Amino acid sequence: MGEVLGMARSYVLLAATWIRAAAQYPASMIMITAGSFVVTGLDLAAIAVIFVHTGSLGGFTLPEVMFLYGTAGVSFALADMLFGNVDKLGQHVRAGTFDTMLIRPVSPFVQMAVDRFAFQRVGRVLQAATVLAIALAQLHVPWQRAWMIPLMVLCGIVLFTALWTFGGALQFLLTEAPEIANAFTYGGGQLTQYPLSVYGGELVRAVTFIVPLAFVNWQPGLYVLDRPDPLGLPYWLRFAGPVAALTLACAAAWAWRAGLRRYRSTGS
Amino acid sequence: MFGFRRHAVYRAAAFAGALTNTIFGVLRAYVLIALWHARPGLAGYDVADAVTFCFLTQAFIGPMQVFGGALDLAGRVRTGDVALDLLRPASLQLWTLADDLGRAAYLFIVRSVPPVLIGAALFGVTFPAHASGWAWFLVSMILGVVVSFGLRYLLAMATCWIVDDRGLLQLSLVMTTFFSGMVLPLNLMPGWFGTFTRALPWSAMVQVPADVYLGKTDVAGALAFQAMWAAVLLAAGALVTRSARRKVVIQGG
Repeated sequence: MGEVLGMARSYVLLAATWIRAAAQYPASMIMITAGSFVVTGLDLAAIAVIFVHTGSLGGFTLPEVMFLYGTAGVSFALADMLFGNVDKLGQHVRAGTFDTMLIRPVSPFVQMAVDRFAFQRVGRVLQAATVLAIALAQLHVPWQRAWMIPLMVLCGIVLFTALWTFGGALQFLLTEAPEIANAFTYGGGQLTQYPLSVYGGELVRAVTFIVPLAFVNWQPGLYVLDRPDPLGLPYWLRFAGPVAALTLACAAAWAWRAGLRRYRSTGS
Repeated sequence: MFGFRRHAVYRAAAFAGALTNTIFGVLRAYVLIALWHARPGLAGYDVADAVTFCFLTQAFIGPMQVFGGALDLAGRVRTGDVALDLLRPASLQLWTLADDLGRAAYLFIVRSVPPVLIGAALFGVTFPAHASGWAWFLVSMILGVVVSFGLRYLLAMATCWIVDDRGLLQLSLVMTTFFSGMVLPLNLMPGWFGTFTRALPWSAMVQVPADVYLGKTDVAGALAFQAMWAAVLLAAGALVTRSARRKVVIQGG
């Protein structure tokens, strides 16, 4: 426990340092924050244009789709802001800067995650949170089911972070091709923006039982919206989010450690 | 040719890029299929056309740098190396264009063909009926790359005046992804807004070549539209290069 607290403490200290560094250029910082708010808003514009043409997508109405988009978006954006930099591992290995991290008295995972900590990405969190707030205002979810919302966002953060860690660990093997990991992290972000019912049944089963992205917003979202599962999967899966998140997190931690042990520097 | 060989070095990166393009293509195809099942025949496309459109747009990402990739030139402006480039006995603009066309040709082979083939295997895509369809598509594609270059060249030269190009790059990313037809086909955009988006240069990068491929547009008009924007952007680029040359002289080289 003490070890985890120590890691959190160094993370916060280092993050504060990066924020102070970025705040030296306030105009640029504000512009980039606002910019990321707008850029991610484009995804929503796409959803809005789709709903100009149709009343429901995959059997879901606009506020329901916005709810799914918002919950996944908040999880994804927070995970990206806090831990997304882990996927820069390949660059650090190639440049040799990863070796410097190994000799410092702070966990290399924390150093990787916080490196160039971009507070500007909070623009994206705000955007998703705004969408979620608008959706909730229209949906009138009763409080008996609303307790699931904070829990699903939390599980979503853990799931996305675990995926990023996997992506980072993969780069111990494939330093040349960081984009492979993007297919799963950003691909996962894209996938969860829409109700999974628009995708094919095979794909939905794959993201339920293999890469558990369905637990970011789909299964718990069905519970919050009180909807039957279009694929007829068991009801208890809706509460399996924390189990899926923990399992994936443990697997990711194992992969990261295995990669770290195997690491032999680039040499000269 | 040099541009082609220079980019051919990064084979693993290109392969990873193709894989990512394909996965995103599959995800977006499902969304479009759901929309077209709800509204068959929307915007004059059928489901097969919509799927084809989706994989074509994924295919355009690499060659046309839809995500607003900066030219190396922007970096050279920041470091001042551009002064050397301006001294060379070849036009800076044409030199950079040649390099960029080489890059696009290479990325077309490794990053555009695989997603479309996999899309064809998974969902089935339509192909132009005649050889002339392929030929027009190729012309349209090249014009699209030139338009994309024209925009990115202006962006790079703007660094001469504003030095920090990150804000502009972000703006360019927004404009390009949305107004090119990358996010959704532009003919889904409602009313006057749709007409407006189809008149902007960005539509010449994705929407127009895709429509030429699908045979959904008058070919001569489409190519003339692209050629018009290519000419306007290249001319603007030439003007900016001239004033940049003067600026460098004023600063004392």
